[in-house]
Amino acid sequence: MSDMHEHSVAYVRDSMLEQQPAPVTETGLVKWTRTNLFSTIPNTILTLVALYALIWLIWSVFPWFANGVWDASSIRDCREMLQGQTGGCFAVLAERWNQLLFGFQYPSELYWRPALAFILLFVAIAPVLFFQYLPSKMLVFTALYPFLAYFLIWGGSILAPIFAMVGLAAGYLVYQRFVAKSFAMGFFGGVIVALVALWILTSIPVDGILAMQQVESRQIGGFMLNLILGTVCVSLSIPIGIALALGRQSSLPIIKWICVVFIEFIRGVPLITLLFVANVVLAYFLPPGSNFDLIIRVIIMITAFASAYIAEVIRGGLAALPRGQYEAADSLGLDYAQAMRLIILPQALKISIPGIVNVAVGLFKDTTLVSIISMFDLVGMIRGPILASTEWNGVYWELWAFAAALFFVVCFGISKYSQWLERQLTTDHR
Amino acid sequence: MKKTVIFGALTAAGLAAGAASAATLDDVKARGTLNCGVSTGLVGFSAPDANGEWSGFDVAVCRAVAAAVLGDPMAVEFVPTTGKTRFTALASGEIDMLARNTTWTFTRDVDLKFEFTGVNYYDGQGFMVPKALGVSSAKELEGARVCIQTGTTTELNLADYFRKNNMDYEPVPIETNAEAQQNYLNGACDVYTTDSSGLAATRAAFEAPGDHVILPEIISKEPLGPLVRHGDNEWGDVVRWTLNALIAAEELGVTSANIDELTSGTDSPEVNRLLGTEGNLGSMMGLESDWAVNAIKAGGNYGELFEKNIGENTPIGLSRGLNAQWTEGGLLYSPPFR
Repeated sequence: MSDMHEHSVAYVRDSMLEQQPAPVTETGLVKWTRTNLFSTIPNTILTLVALYALIWLIWSVFPWFANGVWDASSIRDCREMLQGQTGGCFAVLAERWNQLLFGFQYPSELYWRPALAFILLFVAIAPVLFFQYLPSKMLVFTALYPFLAYFLIWGGSILAPIFAMVGLAAGYLVYQRFVAKSFAMGFFGGVIVALVALWILTSIPVDGILAMQQVESRQIGGFMLNLILGTVCVSLSIPIGIALALGRQSSLPIIKWICVVFIEFIRGVPLITLLFVANVVLAYFLPPGSNFDLIIRVIIMITAFASAYIAEVIRGGLAALPRGQYEAADSLGLDYAQAMRLIILPQALKISIPGIVNVAVGLFKDTTLVSIISMFDLVGMIRGPILASTEWNGVYWELWAFAAALFFVVCFGISKYSQWLERQLTTDHR
Repeated sequence: MKKTVIFGALTAAGLAAGAASAATLDDVKARGTLNCGVSTGLVGFSAPDANGEWSGFDVAVCRAVAAAVLGDPMAVEFVPTTGKTRFTALASGEIDMLARNTTWTFTRDVDLKFEFTGVNYYDGQGFMVPKALGVSSAKELEGARVCIQTGTTTELNLADYFRKNNMDYEPVPIETNAEAQQNYLNGACDVYTTDSSGLAATRAAFEAPGDHVILPEIISKEPLGPLVRHGDNEWGDVVRWTLNALIAAEELGVTSANIDELTSGTDSPEVNRLLGTEGNLGSMMGLESDWAVNAIKAGGNYGELFEKNIGENTPIGLSRGLNAQWTEGGLLYSPPFR
């Protein structure tokens, strides 16, 4: 064989061949199409059917958008302009967008206030959501945000939210002071001090001091109401849910049974029942004329509902942790609070992320149920005032599509974030 | 002796306080606004417009009462209620009166402890069919497919009516009015039945309202009216007679256009008594003497309100029918103002 090789040496290529492009069928779009869309006969059929459905959908929906009427005073106007052609009557959105977003009673010259609160919301939650990338000092703003948002949306005297903040800060200081000795002492001491401070401070009349124009709770509506309820209830129900989940696993029987009864009772009752209790039944117990804010009543009920569910999700996360993790924490000499904070919860919460997000998205959508107790959230605005106006009675698709789009944007955002967070927190090597 | 006086004073004060809490009229005057329960939205009867101002036929009753009591038709705090929250809102004192297309029935009046102060709209269950069907009477609906909202009295009324007339029908159960609209237009049912005011409003939203007819038969009684709590008769009188004033004004020819002229005195003693230029009807109720003038000026007399909100020139296009004055073959009949 070796002499053959010597022979072959006689011909030595001294110039490189031109580089050839890969065959058309093996690169780029063609290859991608072939392997992904037309690899087998069944796949080809499925692709063609899907393509047909897609084109048909666009074909039928496109004129509805393209011919849409954006400037008309009523549904009859719209129909007159369209002359029987397909087309959406988007004029209802153009005329009532402010009602859909802010409710029909919020003073229109004050729209900038909730809008500003909405923008600041992103600044406030950014350090929580992207804690790896943002300086933790930004959390100071997050702590201030609830009071700021309250002041912006409801108005009134700036002293009211400041007093609330002082009360909570007092509670926190007490907690800091005693938590080193005992968690329970710090926690309950803090709660008691905060309540007492709030009780003293709220008895000081603050009307009109450094005040912005006040907006009543019943004037708040539209998508703003959904966002307020969603944000407040989710952020309150996660810590409460964690506490309930830990309480349910507690070895102290009273705490354990309180948590079990609470969770099981709330999970056994439909949310709409709780909302009726908040709206209707409480009105009988309160003295006539007393005004326990309806939004606060609803927030309490939705939060209770969501925290029971989140507690069960987190309990699942806790149960999924190997027993060894608990024992490891004990063997390091950590006490209960430390073990939970440093070892157990970080792992359990990571496992629970999909479940928590599930509850959060569901909760956000459930806030539309308040329309049944005559609060004018986005759905309430559509079902009530707008569809009942003589001008827009009969415009269904445009309004519901708008509502669906708003909810989809928020829920899809939450879902994408949670997937990203899960990837960020992966520590296993799968 | 001294002790007795003190106790007596205390008792009197206590009684006065108790009475004050029951006197809605005084509460409304002290508050300066009327809390009026309305529907969260019903075409023609109550809905806020693009500026957030409430308008509609039920809303007009609230405005008239506010005008009669406070002299200002805009001094109303509208409390939107749903069918499920309306009665508790009234019973708990959250609202002073309810004007929310509520049917006057025995149990609501007696058992729920409310007091209906009159009827501002005589409604009743009717049928709507496409004109192309060529039906002119409900008696010809043998074997029809009927769209009907489940769990309502309309369902029972329908069954009764067809049984009484010895006819068959095929019910198509639906949940909401919007669903009914879709089913009816797609031909899933031949007939849609609900309250005739609702039928008219539904028809107004169709692309071609002229292609559908509402049959003349009305198969149930649905007298809709404002109501107040039991046990506060003075307040009930105010609401009752404000509504009567609107009805009587139409009968006597008093409109928002000529009322200023008539207030300077007329030859008709009843008009004079109504408008407070003669007699002291207002002060008997604890109101100003021009209470009825204010109520009528708020939006006009009954006929004007009807025409403006739900009448034949509006898209809803309801005819007066039962809601015409008794002198014109309707049921509206205000007791005399004397």
